Amino acid sequence: MRTFSYVRAASPGEAVGLYRPGAAYLGGGTNLVDLMRLGVAAPDQVIDVTGATGDSISESDDGGLRIGAGVRNSDLATHPVVRERYPLLARAVLTGASGQIRNMATVGGNLLQRTRCPYFQDTGMPCNKREPGSGCQATAPGADTEHLAILGHSPSCVATHPSDMAVALTALGARVRLAGPDGDRWVEMPGLHRLPDDTPERDTVLHPGELITDVELPPPPDGRSTYRKVRERASFAFALVSLAAVLDVGPDGRVRDLRLALGGVAHVPWRAHIAERAARSLPATPETFARAAGEELRSARPLPGNEYKVTLARNLIVAVLEELAP
Amino acid sequence: MENAEVTRVTVIVNGEPHAVVVDNRTSVLDLLREKLGLTGSKKGCDHGQCGACTVLIDGRRANSCLALAVAQDGAEITTVEGLADGAGLHPLQEAFIRHDAFQCGYCTPGQLCSAAGMLTEAGPSAVTDDLTADPSLTPGEIRERMSGNLCRCGAYVNIVKAITAMAGHDGSQA
Repeated sequence: MRTFSYVRAASPGEAVGLYRPGAAYLGGGTNLVDLMRLGVAAPDQVIDVTGATGDSISESDDGGLRIGAGVRNSDLATHPVVRERYPLLARAVLTGASGQIRNMATVGGNLLQRTRCPYFQDTGMPCNKREPGSGCQATAPGADTEHLAILGHSPSCVATHPSDMAVALTALGARVRLAGPDGDRWVEMPGLHRLPDDTPERDTVLHPGELITDVELPPPPDGRSTYRKVRERASFAFALVSLAAVLDVGPDGRVRDLRLALGGVAHVPWRAHIAERAARSLPATPETFARAAGEELRSARPLPGNEYKVTLARNLIVAVLEELAP
Repeated sequence: MENAEVTRVTVIVNGEPHAVVVDNRTSVLDLLREKLGLTGSKKGCDHGQCGACTVLIDGRRANSCLALAVAQDGAEITTVEGLADGAGLHPLQEAFIRHDAFQCGYCTPGQLCSAAGMLTEAGPSAVTDDLTADPSLTPGEIRERMSGNLCRCGAYVNIVKAITAMAGHDGSQA
């Protein structure tokens, strides 16, 4: 590991003021410290922001919730308001990582964690995300593509975003507050993360030095919601495919509102707008759900070896919506 | 070679304050094992995937391999050496012995610290049906909550029994 200076920031303003190119913000460290040990990240300055951003959760005037970026994942998942009014968020966070890691990991850090693409994490391999212009081993013949993207990928990068929490926040339409050298701004989800195009080194729309200070949830949506994660073992594994879903069905049995976000399929938490539009106003039946899922996945371009994800995503959407339908 | 950046920190380990100068790259695990001579916490994977390094930091279980020592100034750390009060064993340690909950023993310090932390954590887990309820610690709940601790000997069946006994659900005293 490369040596680095360490400094603790007491406020977002101080953190941003300390930032310079080559520095990294440190939250719980569960991803960054590992990447530094692997040689994937090599900051020369580490700015500890665990005391800089808020670590509390409060109800906002409009009936939503404001979550400090320094809140630990376990505290978010067990907060009474989150458990009662945003069950898909509580469940998404609880399916992520392990009890130890959830105790350490922060909300801001969770959103900014890097892909677990095996070629990104192996400094002996070419990777356009780690080393722009070096190539993509994940698209080479015989590559291990099991966990890689089927939607929105580019010739330069087929990585997926690993967060469960971000998938739930994307379905909920959360917004993220940023502090930066040019002042504060808000970014909506979806919209925080970006597709790889030919600059996969940029995971998000954050500018250099910008820091997530808060996440704000709108009031809970009408209808029923949940998060379901499909993985290779029962616990402590990243998603093959996951789904955050909100379904509101009117008294006439028709879909009044639908929100779907898929995890494990793209460089971003994938909001399934096409499926949402396709199902709206139609009877809340398995046929409607299957047609909507099919339309969303028509643009899927699986890689050799991960074709299974298209079927899995389709079946997951139908199964979860059937469970949520009255 | 660049000069290593160092920082002076004070950590309270098993109730005892230690003022140490650490290389900023040092993990809490390496600080405990290499500098403080507390080799109970084990290095399994060094990537947060196996749980053998689990300790309690300010009362909460954490992977000490992923925590930078420099970021823990003022923290209270409890390792397996500090679980017991005095010369006797901690009730969890007694339960692990009674229920034959280990074979080679390498993962055991992490299992013990993880279980000790887990038993203080309220609220639902990923396998809890009703997220608003505080579920009782069934074997299924224990397995989910302990999934961050691997045991390559496969002693899981008896680890769950020992923790169940500790949680008081089979009526026996650990």
